[in-house]
Amino acid sequence: MRKLRELAGLASAFLGATVTTAQADYGLLNMRVGVTETSKSVYELHMIIFWVCCAIGVVVFGAMIWSMIHHRKSKGAVAAQFHESTTMEILWTVVPIVILVSMAIPATTTLLAMEDTSNADMTIKVTGLQWKWKYDYVDGEAAGVSFVSSLHPKHNEARLLGADVDLSQFGDQYLLDVDNPLVIPTGQKVRFLLTAADVIHAWWVPDLGWKKDAIPGFVNEAWTKVDEPGVYRGQCAELCGKDHGFMPIVVIAKAPEDYAKWVSEQQASIAAANASADREWTMDELMAKGEQVYTTSCAACHQANGQGLPPTFPAIAGSAIATGEPDAHIGLVLNGKAGTAMAAYRDVLNDVDLAAVLTYQRNAFGNSASAIQPAAVKAAR
Amino acid sequence: MSTATATHDDHHDHGPAKGLMRWVTTTNHKDIGTLYLLFALVMFFVGGAMAMVIRAELFQPGLQVVDPQFFNSMTTVHALVMIFGAVMPAFTGLANWLIPMMIGAPDMALPRMNNFSFWILPFAFSLLLSTFFMAGGGPAAGWTLYPPLSLQMGDGFPFMIFAIHLAGISSIMGSINIVVTILNMRAPGMTLMKMPLFVWTWLITAYLLIATMPVLAGAVTMLLTDKFAGTSFFSAAGGGDPVMYQHIFWFFGHPEVYILILPAFGIISAIVPTFARKPLFGYSSMVYATASIAFLSFIVWAHHMFTVGMPVVGELFFMYATMMIAVPTGVKVFNWVSTMWKGAMTFETPMLFAVGFIMMFTIGGFSGLMLAIAPADFQYHDTYFVVAHFHYVLVTGAIYSIMAATYYWLPKWTGNMYDEKLGKLHFWISTVSVNVLFFPQHFLGLAGMPRRIPDYSVQFTDWNVVSSIGGFVFGVSQLMFVWIIVKAIRGGEKASDQVWEGADGLEWTLPSPPPYHTFTEAPQVK
Repeated sequence: MRKLRELAGLASAFLGATVTTAQADYGLLNMRVGVTETSKSVYELHMIIFWVCCAIGVVVFGAMIWSMIHHRKSKGAVAAQFHESTTMEILWTVVPIVILVSMAIPATTTLLAMEDTSNADMTIKVTGLQWKWKYDYVDGEAAGVSFVSSLHPKHNEARLLGADVDLSQFGDQYLLDVDNPLVIPTGQKVRFLLTAADVIHAWWVPDLGWKKDAIPGFVNEAWTKVDEPGVYRGQCAELCGKDHGFMPIVVIAKAPEDYAKWVSEQQASIAAANASADREWTMDELMAKGEQVYTTSCAACHQANGQGLPPTFPAIAGSAIATGEPDAHIGLVLNGKAGTAMAAYRDVLNDVDLAAVLTYQRNAFGNSASAIQPAAVKAAR
Repeated sequence: MSTATATHDDHHDHGPAKGLMRWVTTTNHKDIGTLYLLFALVMFFVGGAMAMVIRAELFQPGLQVVDPQFFNSMTTVHALVMIFGAVMPAFTGLANWLIPMMIGAPDMALPRMNNFSFWILPFAFSLLLSTFFMAGGGPAAGWTLYPPLSLQMGDGFPFMIFAIHLAGISSIMGSINIVVTILNMRAPGMTLMKMPLFVWTWLITAYLLIATMPVLAGAVTMLLTDKFAGTSFFSAAGGGDPVMYQHIFWFFGHPEVYILILPAFGIISAIVPTFARKPLFGYSSMVYATASIAFLSFIVWAHHMFTVGMPVVGELFFMYATMMIAVPTGVKVFNWVSTMWKGAMTFETPMLFAVGFIMMFTIGGFSGLMLAIAPADFQYHDTYFVVAHFHYVLVTGAIYSIMAATYYWLPKWTGNMYDEKLGKLHFWISTVSVNVLFFPQHFLGLAGMPRRIPDYSVQFTDWNVVSSIGGFVFGVSQLMFVWIIVKAIRGGEKASDQVWEGADGLEWTLPSPPPYHTFTEAPQVK
């Protein structure tokens, strides 16, 4: 029955395609120019090589089409029998080489500039996780600020199979919005250190002009300098599993004074979180917070109902670990499990979030076990 | 030229066996060629059905048809099936049918191995496709199987690895057979530089296969031991290197790309002179260009990995080397156009597909040249621009050449002309729809749509709708191809031995259809 409904939905989508495209865009034809020096020079390279290809295309296809029109047997053409010309062979070897060399020069200049990460004003570490990004401000005024950035919860509901949500409400930000955007100051050279915790991801914001792989065990470097305040969106570009399509990137470039304000807000909330980690939490508080954390950090694999998707993603409902000794449960979530998709959450979640989500796992889905306090997580680290 | 028929009455055991066992036990190059081609056709539809699922899901934003994990396994297995199950076996089938007939040999040099190398394939692909019914589902890490992601696969993982091993063994045996046949069994007088270009391109392709398939086998075996034997070849936590896998894979993978296109160059170089009624322009430069492409294919692999964070010197090297490939590839295109120039052309279906190949392969070549520019690749990489690029070179390149070859040699194989009207219709519907399918994907990629995603933001809707409609039409229109082949096998206007007015080569001296054994006495080539 459900399949039938889906088929019917698909058929109506066919018919209604033109209706829903009201806000879509046939005008999206070319690469985005972007907002950085880098993206602009990449765009220029792209256009140069594009026009070079067009010019060669006009000559080659022109000759071919002219020949197909005029050298037809039906037009009484008699085949010539030539089959060699050293001059021509040399000509069409040398001319392309000259074109290529003239193309390689600007490409080399741009590449060298893109790879020069020296003299950065600040550094942000980017960690790819299945299926979210973690940002750590390594130095500068925001040093110590750290947060995880996931697909916005509203989009996360809308993107489920058969969700039947009107996507037009999201405009052109569908799947390109996050809960916690990355914020950078304008006019500063920001260096990124990219790595990953589980599988390979790639960090890509088209308006910045590049993408770079985030590889577990490796640290890659890249940089950007945005001059105009604005919101720039992108997403993971390297297939990283089930929810590869659902780990967007949002970068907000703020003028220095707005950036300073944002930093002080962040530092205040870090202080609040640290303070709350030291107190005793009630069961209700833990369960309420735990459900939120579970939804953003666990549900993608273990499912909202805790049943998982065995055998790749085991169930939490009724699991021996989630209903057993607290230490084993804490250890598994802190350190992950080698050889499986279970990641280490040591650096992803803070003590309160971990305590809350562990308590939630132990007491939701029909499970019943002891609560875990933030202090216990802190001790286990 | 000597007599082609050799049906001596005292050799009763030389006719085909009856019934199913004929196909199971056959060592005849024509039978095995037919088996390969039929297998490839079946796989073309299996892989095509997966492409239809992909295009159905991408028809609209939001998830309507499949869940993301299954979507990923569709893109992954679509590629594996099309590359290893459709295009490669089709070329091997063409090689089996044509190489002995083109060089005046009675059969392939190693007929029993020939039988074996075919019959491995159905088992390999049954193993691969059986993973869909195992816990955890089919492979979903992309056909490149990058670790650590590929190691997250469920119970089907070892089956997939063994399927790749088997397909690789089959390819290596097929290639050894082709090399030995070409080097040892040419008719007297057929020097290397008199061989048809199809034979030349396959000789070079076979060497590429022998050189690279073991590399792939090594890479996937290391994946297997990483998963089950506790090794850490590709795990940084154990002292290994996930990027090393990519280097090894693409050391196989880039020559593999040319494995999928060099035989196509040979086919086009046979068809264009026939229908232009004019000798191929620049035969020897074609041979040298093919060899240059083969050589370059070994030193450009990391252009698939510009974004992994190589040292800048490495990026520059691979950018320059990749750009160099445009030179010999350009030579080929210029030679084909010069062959057409001042010919007396007619446009039967094989010529239509050949002309379509030259134009659309060149478009794929242009986007390839754009992708070679490393800084621009930082934007293009892993987007639909890349998807558009390699489908232009593989669908309108490799597959168009296989279709051109089928129409060109089908009358020789069956003795019957195919339905020319239907053939032309097949060409035009395919060509219009394949461009509607793939051309908008350039726009999508440039506008910022990554590849391998099951869902996308609404501004990408329009071109995805267009692309999907093109995809459905292209998919359905391939049923015409099957019908035309079936019709030609069952009957039709009898083909002459020459078949095409302008055709030149030993295979056209044989009757249509050729007897079960041909060239039992070697012909003399002047």
